[in-house]
Amino acid sequence: MNKRSAPSPLKGEGWGGGEKPVDRPLLEIHGLQVAYSGIHAVKGVDFHVAPGELVALIGSNGAGKTTTLKTLAGLLSPASGQVIFDGKNLAKAAAHQRVAMGMALVPEGRGVFARLSVAENLLMGAYCRSNQTEISDDLARMYDLFPRLVERRDQLAGTLSGGEQQMLAMARALMSRPRLLMLDEPSMGLAPLMVKKIFATIQDVAAQGMSILLVEQNARLALQVAARGYVMEGGAITLSGESSDLLGSDAVQRAYLGG
Amino acid sequence: MKNFKFSKRGLLFFLMFVAVLALPFITDALLGRGWVRIVDFAMLYIMLALGLNIVVGYAGLLDLGYIAFFAVGAYCYALTGSPHLALAFPQLFPDGVHLSFWIVLPMAAMLAGGMGVLLGAPTLRLRGDYLAIVTLGFGEIIRIFMNNLNAPVNLTNGPQGISRIDPVRIAGVSLNTTQSVFGITLPSVHLYFYLFLGFAALVAFVSHRLEKSRIGRAWMAIREDEIAASAMGINTRNLKLLAFAMGAMFGGVSGTLFAGFQGFVSPESFSLMESVMVLCMVVLGGMGHIYGVILGGLMLALLPEMLRHSVVPLQQAMFGKVIIDPESLRMLLFGIALIVVMLYRPAGLWPSPVRRRELASDEAAERV
Repeated sequence: MNKRSAPSPLKGEGWGGGEKPVDRPLLEIHGLQVAYSGIHAVKGVDFHVAPGELVALIGSNGAGKTTTLKTLAGLLSPASGQVIFDGKNLAKAAAHQRVAMGMALVPEGRGVFARLSVAENLLMGAYCRSNQTEISDDLARMYDLFPRLVERRDQLAGTLSGGEQQMLAMARALMSRPRLLMLDEPSMGLAPLMVKKIFATIQDVAAQGMSILLVEQNARLALQVAARGYVMEGGAITLSGESSDLLGSDAVQRAYLGG
Repeated sequence: MKNFKFSKRGLLFFLMFVAVLALPFITDALLGRGWVRIVDFAMLYIMLALGLNIVVGYAGLLDLGYIAFFAVGAYCYALTGSPHLALAFPQLFPDGVHLSFWIVLPMAAMLAGGMGVLLGAPTLRLRGDYLAIVTLGFGEIIRIFMNNLNAPVNLTNGPQGISRIDPVRIAGVSLNTTQSVFGITLPSVHLYFYLFLGFAALVAFVSHRLEKSRIGRAWMAIREDEIAASAMGINTRNLKLLAFAMGAMFGGVSGTLFAGFQGFVSPESFSLMESVMVLCMVVLGGMGHIYGVILGGLMLALLPEMLRHSVVPLQQAMFGKVIIDPESLRMLLFGIALIVVMLYRPAGLWPSPVRRRELASDEAAERV
């Protein structure tokens, strides 16, 4: 598994996802098809995420990545296919139940609660949990992981910069103590320096053993941090493999990496 | 030092409490009995505004048909606390139905809450202006039902409305009579004032507890971003329905009180204009802020009456006759007031600290 010994503000406690033996994938998707308002956006995709693995789902705009992720989070319902999380079929699980089961989504465009303070946003992330001491421990861990949020603790989330909002959205998702973190376009609309910071944090979190599904348009960046990648095109997965292979592949080079 | 501060605050609250208790007597002495009645109505409006504040202010669901729940509560007690049903079912109820107010009240609250869910369920996927139009239609449907349910069976007596509704009784004592307690004479309007004050305080207290609760936080998350809210594990469907139900229940309670107080209900009390008025109380006062909503309710219930009582004498003194009808002047001034408040205090007259912070930080963001 991943380098658990890496120094990090998370104090090596891990996220729970990495503790399990790798006998079966944490998330399995079989033949997933999604259609909404007449658009057949996802046309039968299969992929999996193993415990503690960082997997990238890359592809251009409109390839069906976000639709796939929204379906995994329960915000859209599939036309057919199966989503299996931790051995359980999620067909009947509503979005809010999936959070309790350990899936956390950082939505596209971040979706912070603009008129709630940073601290209130983080506490909303722990909505499904009840143990107050654990919640305040995790809150402290989030402030360690994202020091920028400490200064802005009492500020309204809507007044943060785009990068700070992305950090907040990630921290808020982690507050639910997920076993799978799903990130939708974390680099969207951010300055290059901020993107770098965000991706370093993603790597940090992954190094703690968190399983991550990363959806990105920025293929190079995503494949640099991910162990494996899937390339999505026109609602189907056209290519998959180790990140290094994908980075070297001619098809990916031509289509996404500009040369 | 801290103790001193606390007692100062406590003293302030005590003085306010005494002032509110003395309000009907002060009003009676200064302005006359008719004004005590107006203050009673203001209390009912405050309850309505607080109820709507749950739906609009906390959960962010724009409801333009809120008065329908007030109507449901009012008709509930009108039917079960008056001789009226004797007309429709002479064999079954020769004297009409005369249930105790205190039995009808929880029933009406439940029924109104049920109606709230009924309105909420089909509109779960709607937001903003689309939701506003559906709720507006719902409010009108209820009013038109009340207007037309006098045939084939005379259930609501149509536009004539239902009269001779039983007064509210507490321990057998009718609030429609003058009572004296410890040598203080309490006319009927005073008694109703204290009853309404108690209910308004209860509604405000429940609102406050809801606001600070897990449910309240979930409502606010839904208001801010529904997709993100469900990604937090919030059951958005149930919580939206709960917001509709809670708001509707408060509306139903105040409608029941209204029927008992007024002794008469008719569909014209539940027009679209009433829904708009209650919404304005919430928006003008300060959406999502209990004190602000109470202020909005008080102002919009009292100011039109003040205008009514001052415009006619003023015009007569100045021109010797009434040139502008106070009713049309009321709408004109009301419109101007709305525009001015929305331009200069967009978060309402008394916004919640968070909203104030937001406006302040907007300005700060502009400076950067």
